[in-house]
Amino acid sequence: MDAYLFIDFGSTFTKLTLVDIEREEIIATEKAYTTVETDVTIGYENALKKLKEKTNGEYNIIKKLACSSAAGGLKIIAIGLVPELTAEAAKRAALGAGAKVIKTYSFKLNNSELEEIKNSNADMILLAGGTDGGNSDTIIHNAEMINKFNLSIPIVVAGNKSSNDEIIGIFGGNIEYHITENVMPNLNHINVNPARETIRNIFMKEIVHAKGMENVENSISGILMPTPASVLKAAEALSMGSRDEEGIGDLAVLDIGGATTDVHSIADGEPTNPGVFLRGLEEPHSKRTVEGDLGMRYSAISVFEAAGTRTMKKYLKYDDLDIEKEVHKRSTNPSFVATDEKEIDFDEAMAKVCADISMKRHAGFLETVYSPLGNIHTQEGKDLMKLPYLLGTGGVIVNSKNPKDILSAATFTMEDPTSLKPREPKFLLDKEYILSAMGLLTMVDINMAVRMLKKYIVEI
Amino acid sequence: MEKKKVVLGVIGSDAHAVGNKILDYSLTNAGYEVVNIGVLSPQEDFINAAIETNADAIFVSSLYGHGEIDCKGLREKCNEAGLNDILLYVGGNIVVGKQDWDDVKKRFLDMGFDRVYPPGTAAEVGIKDLTEDLSKRG
Repeated sequence: MDAYLFIDFGSTFTKLTLVDIEREEIIATEKAYTTVETDVTIGYENALKKLKEKTNGEYNIIKKLACSSAAGGLKIIAIGLVPELTAEAAKRAALGAGAKVIKTYSFKLNNSELEEIKNSNADMILLAGGTDGGNSDTIIHNAEMINKFNLSIPIVVAGNKSSNDEIIGIFGGNIEYHITENVMPNLNHINVNPARETIRNIFMKEIVHAKGMENVENSISGILMPTPASVLKAAEALSMGSRDEEGIGDLAVLDIGGATTDVHSIADGEPTNPGVFLRGLEEPHSKRTVEGDLGMRYSAISVFEAAGTRTMKKYLKYDDLDIEKEVHKRSTNPSFVATDEKEIDFDEAMAKVCADISMKRHAGFLETVYSPLGNIHTQEGKDLMKLPYLLGTGGVIVNSKNPKDILSAATFTMEDPTSLKPREPKFLLDKEYILSAMGLLTMVDINMAVRMLKKYIVEI
Repeated sequence: MEKKKVVLGVIGSDAHAVGNKILDYSLTNAGYEVVNIGVLSPQEDFINAAIETNADAIFVSSLYGHGEIDCKGLREKCNEAGLNDILLYVGGNIVVGKQDWDDVKKRFLDMGFDRVYPPGTAAEVGIKDLTEDLSKRG
């Protein structure tokens, strides 16, 4: 029987998912340690061997596709003009492409900033600035600076279209550049998808080679995108469907990992209350935020720092544990697995803190303006109050006995009445841990991906 | 020739949206490109919008009487942001009560506004002045 093999090269685990094409079913999943220090092929071959033993080699794999967040994932520096406008739009485009945004710069760059960029370990730069027909001095200045410092990483140019010709002239054959559409073509309207796709293409064609992945490339059909981009694609497919298959509508994905917590929302987030004025930059329909300080292992200490003892205690069943000791144990030993009841309770309390804070940062908020006309409410960010679905993924949620409790921590409470978190969403679970694999499947057969997502993502 | 650009908005905690729409419509019809940031706009939003779009003028409306407080320091902030020669216009019910107009006008001109309009001014007046002011600059 014919099958697709999807591979997710994670920072710790290489995860394999084998899909029966005809029956549209998951045949088996398998994982092994990622061996990025030596050769990722070793870990991959290990997992593949185990997978083949499981299935007795009954399947004929016709396509092997991968996503990767190994070796730190895709690291991008975003450059814009005004911090709240094009710099923010560039940052959102990079996040939507599944990247880790290591720093955002704005206005005209100086020598020391360029030194900093040159010495950073960024894989790519997203250069924006100015609306179409708007400011062009700044982006041209910044292009000249990039040229002066001879940056050797690819530059994605997504700024004022009127300055493109001049930038091409500046970069010439010296700098590798890719011109795409402006991330903010007119004020407060953002256009992140063309930049997202350009970044993904460069990642697929070039970046993976630089990450010690070239050996494994020979044995698979391609590494298509960073893992978070794949999760976002799966979420989009489940929400919006395809030309032939209907999606389930607006949703958000909460993905709690070892180092970060990602939140993806596929929704417009328009105000649900009348008389609320929207403020700030327009929100992309598919929005991803990453919380680098919220994670179950590598970031355990910063979870505690962000939450404080009080919030941790709110979620802990057993409060006789030494919280500081527990978070240290997890951050110094990332492969720690909670086994007894108290440890599991502690892990889940941490997951709830991650859910709570990450959703608060992702969702919009209301502000009251006291005016002579009475109180006026303004909204910044997305209103997710009436969001119908919240989907959980990531080890701690997938393996939990009470995934619903963890997801509930991400919902609206009266303790925080101005935060526009989902109020009463239905909870969904990525039980088989297949979101990233399904994101890859959308690149081959989106209809099949939508059908499989609807089959394997279960309501809890 | 490229269209001249105007950033338009209602400043402060003011939610009067009707005049804003009329000005947007009139300016667009007169051949300007309007960057409308809408109601409830702080000074920073006017400035940020003008920087990104490379605007030629900022039109500030205020209808609720607190215009004087809301507008204070706008010119200085524009200068600070590098928008040295941007035209600043203001109009509406910009002060409280029935005050002597010449006095009000002087106060706003001193604040650094290029044009100041009393209540009930037709949009055409401001547009005519804008065309004139811009042509002087060439």
